[in-house]
Amino acid sequence: MRHEQIETNSGLMILLIMAVISIGGLVEIVPLFYINETVEKVDGVRPYTPLELRGRDIYIREGCYLCHSQQIRPFRDEWLRYGHYSLAAESQYDHPFQWGSKRTGPDLARLGGKYSNQWHVQHLNAPRSVVPQSIMPNYPWLLNTELDYSDVADRMRALRATGVPYSLTQAEYDANVKKFGSAVADQLDISKAQNNLLAQARDKNFDGLSGQITEMEALVAYLQVLGTMVDFTKYDEGYFATFR
Amino acid sequence: MAQSSALPAEQYNYDIIRRFTIMAMVWAVLGMSVGVYIASELAWPFLNFDIPQLTFGRLRPVHTTLVIFGFGGSALFATSYYVVQRTSQARLAFPWLAEFTFWGWTGGVALGALTYVSGITQGREYAEFEWPLDIAITLVWVSYLAVYVETLRRRSQPHIYVANWFFLAFILAVALLHVFNNLAVPVSLTKSYSLFAGVQDAMTQWWYGHNAVGFFLTAAFLGMMYYFVPKQAGRPVYSYRLSIIHFWALIFLYMWAGGHHLHWTSLPDWVSTLAATFSIILLMPSWGGMINGIMTLSGAWDKLRSDPIMLFLITSLSFYGMSTFEGPLMSLKSVNALSHYTDWTVGHVHSGALGWVALVSFGSFYHLIPRLWETKMHSQTLIYVHFWLATIGIVLYITSMWVAGIGQGLMLRSFDDYGNLAYTFIETVEFMHTPYVWRALGGAFFVSGALVMVYNMAMTLRAARREQGAVEAKLAAKLAKA
Repeated sequence: MRHEQIETNSGLMILLIMAVISIGGLVEIVPLFYINETVEKVDGVRPYTPLELRGRDIYIREGCYLCHSQQIRPFRDEWLRYGHYSLAAESQYDHPFQWGSKRTGPDLARLGGKYSNQWHVQHLNAPRSVVPQSIMPNYPWLLNTELDYSDVADRMRALRATGVPYSLTQAEYDANVKKFGSAVADQLDISKAQNNLLAQARDKNFDGLSGQITEMEALVAYLQVLGTMVDFTKYDEGYFATFR
Repeated sequence: MAQSSALPAEQYNYDIIRRFTIMAMVWAVLGMSVGVYIASELAWPFLNFDIPQLTFGRLRPVHTTLVIFGFGGSALFATSYYVVQRTSQARLAFPWLAEFTFWGWTGGVALGALTYVSGITQGREYAEFEWPLDIAITLVWVSYLAVYVETLRRRSQPHIYVANWFFLAFILAVALLHVFNNLAVPVSLTKSYSLFAGVQDAMTQWWYGHNAVGFFLTAAFLGMMYYFVPKQAGRPVYSYRLSIIHFWALIFLYMWAGGHHLHWTSLPDWVSTLAATFSIILLMPSWGGMINGIMTLSGAWDKLRSDPIMLFLITSLSFYGMSTFEGPLMSLKSVNALSHYTDWTVGHVHSGALGWVALVSFGSFYHLIPRLWETKMHSQTLIYVHFWLATIGIVLYITSMWVAGIGQGLMLRSFDDYGNLAYTFIETVEFMHTPYVWRALGGAFFVSGALVMVYNMAMTLRAARREQGAVEAKLAAKLAKA
């Protein structure tokens, strides 16, 4: 075919452009949904509890992902600084993913459990009071704003529609018991969402304020679960490499 | 009342182009000023002022959206509507739809910025618009396609000029990327969750993200280049054959390259290796475009001495060549291990965005403005002033980001004699303070250049109105005499 035929026919040109630009995505993205090795088989990864989920929403709202990654690479320095490299399985319920693209601040993929709740509250409220050289903004409003959890069930329902195993029916609940155990399955039950959120806030009191559930409560709950779901001592060194 | 139809303003729809041109400059100044502000926040964090709407995390999407979609988008609407009419010798089709693209696009960008500062975001880089705005943008985009293609179909030339191939590929690819990357399940008007999760979501996002660069910021601006460089140089495009080869290669290869944003992550190695391979091959069609543009000036190099517009256009192509060399370099896994997550990436983006996208737009606008308003630019000297302010700004920006990025990358991976990490993370943050100050200064230079252009443009428009008033008065006087 001579190029003259294409450049004198706008319909043909549109068709050819569409064909040419579709190939890359078809080859590189579509198989990721079908190749089983894409997501590692690993125990422990579960969807977020209602409180953690609200915390994650706040994380997204404040644009934390623009300065913090959640994706540890398999390098010696990252291993020493952050811990085991991130698995695809660990973000399998993350809608959207929050791997990030820039580390103006450190990676947060395994932040959970590294600092106390009190440290997080202090740090989010006034980062330079804990780390003098920090350039992170203060987030004082997190502690002053009551958490709006009125629509947490709606949020879980929307996530369920994307495929996250939050349960609405008895059958779904039973399947969750089988997959995650009954304690986790209870947390994933959409009908108990508000009660679960209140109970977790009351028991753990992430924000340190009694009788109050603030946005800080939810955000710290989320930060404290990051990267803690997989017990890496249960797996051989080489196990995860077989999936790469 | 009937006037001669030979007047270009009558033959073509210039009104919509004038408005997009003005909006492009409004967005440029706003978006770049926000950029300087958030750059300053990183150097002096007190500037966050404990006000949620002013924090870096909320303003950064405002900056990227205003400059990419506001400035870049409006510049593309303006120039593509101009180019498609002039090269097809046909008036813009569906004037009411074209009108809708103006209000829809302008309103969408403005609303987007307002929603981000209120914390309404999808949390996807360069695709932060929540779903109602995504739908609105899709409607605008389909209208754009309809206007564009129908104008092409009404062309009075058998051939579709090369600039239009690039604009067409840009419109089609952006539609495809926008729709698939923004698939989401809504919770309410202001909140949704992406349909995909984790690794698949990441790959979809960077397939989008990289091709937002590849098509929005590259293919489309090559379309701009293919019209305005030959026009301003008064010479034909260097090689027709090269333009065919590099066009098809460019649009094919770009779509494979997104995975290089995810090297060493949980993305399977086969995808990231494939993406790196295609990114390296991509150097060839990219440089094909650069060579075709720069060589168009062969035999007329003296214009660089006498024509400040040519200076803008040729410098933009040089930065295009530099960024498209740096890009494949950074897509090598070994280089990426150092550069990823650092300011080197930020510097790379800006050598493309400021050096290529903004300079080629400014150059094209300086060519366009006198024709749209049927007058001449108020001041040639101020065009030179703009050029030097912009160039100094870019150089300060990218060199400070090389220092910050490569420096941080090297610090994070160094070990002491005992095999322990040599630096804590916060030590790298301290180290980056000085380059961050220089970067903010570079940005300030660039914005002041843009402000000089706005002044020059405002004076030109005022003169145009005065001239037109004088012509009308003369006409009225003649009519009264007759």
